[in-house]
Amino acid sequence: MIWLDTLIQGLMLGGLYALFAAGLSLVFGIMRLVNLAHGDLIVLGAYLILGIGTATGLNPFLAAALALPPMFALGWLLQTALLNRVLGEDILPPLLVTFGLSVVIQNALLMGSSADSRKLPVGPVEAQSLALGPVNLGVMPLITFASAVAVIFGLNQLFYRTALGRAFRATSDDPVTAQLMGIRPQRVFAVATGIALVVATIAALYLGARANFDPSAGPARLLYAFEAVIIGGLGSLWGTLAGGLVIGVAQTFGAALNPEWQILAGHLAFVAVLLVRPRGLFPRAND
Amino acid sequence: MRKMLLPVLLLLAVILLAALPVIGSRALVQDLFMVLCLLVLALNWNMLAGFAGLVSVGQQAFVGIGAYGMFACVILWGMDPLAGLLIGGLVAMALSVPVAFFTFRLNGAYFAIGTWAVADIARLGISQWKALGGGTGTALPKAAVQEMPGIEAIRALIGGSKAAAVDALTYWLALALVMAMLVASWAFLRSRMGLGLQAVRDNPVAARSVGVDPVRLKALVFLLTAFGTGICGGLLFIQIGRISPDAAFSLLDWTAFVIFIVVIGGIGTLPGPVVGVLVFYGLQRLLADYGTVYLIVLGLIGIAIMLFARRGLWGGFIERTGWDLLPLSHAAPRPITPTDP
Repeated sequence: MIWLDTLIQGLMLGGLYALFAAGLSLVFGIMRLVNLAHGDLIVLGAYLILGIGTATGLNPFLAAALALPPMFALGWLLQTALLNRVLGEDILPPLLVTFGLSVVIQNALLMGSSADSRKLPVGPVEAQSLALGPVNLGVMPLITFASAVAVIFGLNQLFYRTALGRAFRATSDDPVTAQLMGIRPQRVFAVATGIALVVATIAALYLGARANFDPSAGPARLLYAFEAVIIGGLGSLWGTLAGGLVIGVAQTFGAALNPEWQILAGHLAFVAVLLVRPRGLFPRAND
Repeated sequence: MRKMLLPVLLLLAVILLAALPVIGSRALVQDLFMVLCLLVLALNWNMLAGFAGLVSVGQQAFVGIGAYGMFACVILWGMDPLAGLLIGGLVAMALSVPVAFFTFRLNGAYFAIGTWAVADIARLGISQWKALGGGTGTALPKAAVQEMPGIEAIRALIGGSKAAAVDALTYWLALALVMAMLVASWAFLRSRMGLGLQAVRDNPVAARSVGVDPVRLKALVFLLTAFGTGICGGLLFIQIGRISPDAAFSLLDWTAFVIFIVVIGGIGTLPGPVVGVLVFYGLQRLLADYGTVYLIVLGLIGIAIMLFARRGLWGGFIERTGWDLLPLSHAAPRPITPTDP
């Protein structure tokens, strides 16, 4: 029975990783941009939620809702002012720009808020749990998992059911032809990055509610998120969810064997999947 | 005249650097040792990213493996640290084969993430090695380091303590490593294989059509740079004297700084890393008291370079003056039959 419990915990953790990864997957799928600053942007979002919560006394869930518009604006601005200028055939400039951005955000947060680790106070819901048959489930992990599925579902609806989603897919498949149809790739990219940061803010809420975070927490989260995206396959949002679940389950099983093996087990699962399927589980687009 | 002046100036600079432990202070020697080691790492990363198109974010894996290889040789098998250096480099090169096998399946940006994950696997794996201190690390026995060959001779030459002699020896080794890397890179890039590599970078399809095998060349560069990076890692930790997985596999120290050095100096140019490391050292001295501000400035400079001067300081200098210190291009072959009537 303990194995079933571990499996469920792993799936819940995987939901959190899928949330980290969803925004990354969207941006990666549409413009082939590897955003090395995504983890730090999530941590930035967590600090923003914390700041709004402290200033207004609101519950973190409401504070996160207030944080969504400024984070969307930040994403839009980042793409318009910076990332659009370096996107192109050469993959090096966007990689290095986002890498520089990651270092800048991390150290700016360190300067602004010290290296102390913080946590978002979500209140009594944190300690509550539900007894589902033989296993006990925390309410927060359950909400996290449900949010992950909802976010992926929402992004998929956006991607396949709306005019904006059509523009996303068209630009992803063939930017030149998309331009002939009156789409401006630069604008599409800006909106996509804005949406990615909205998702990052949702991820930040659950990151901060689940465990302590500090300014240097970004890169490790980014690595798990990327592993989820790559395992899932380029451009497939459900694949990203599956990738997150694989990493989460591998980590909890590793931790169950030996607490020191948690992260290692996640990485090894990543390597194992890619050795069998180099393009991930459910690749949608060719890259 | 200009042609003669430059080699003479370079030679003078090298002689001055070599004489530093005799004439300079110990603190300066330690500082410059770090600068030279970062330069070795930067030259290696530049070969990977600037010439072979392999943007690795995981070179700290080979720094750590080289360092731990050296530590294992000294602590577990009682070998000389200098022999340990070589073995550390060879182990790093040997491990780069399976790493290449895995990461080369991932193209472009995936490759960067793959190398990063591999470096984290190496860090976590080494943390399980209890004989070398596990996650907390261990120290290199002082006796082993101070009995390295040549230490007594160096003491006689520069005076001072055994520890100062160790600093001088590691400094000279780092200087030798820089010279070796520069000469080897230049010879490699001017060779047939280097020409092929640059052809692949400039136009992969055209390069393949004239018979260049990109994967073979890239794998070769990956292996050789793993060796250079591993040796440098061992050397760094002889001098530092204490190792832990977090220090040996530090993304910031052994990869992030190195990337900034190469980008600022000029990626894909041979003198670029040298210029970059000078700027880096200057900034470090200038902003040493401000801690995090220094990293922010570094990040902003990196971003600005990518936006406005993609080939870095040295690349921009070449573009403006048309004068290249270490030209890598070949003159076009002369026509076999004279075109003049």
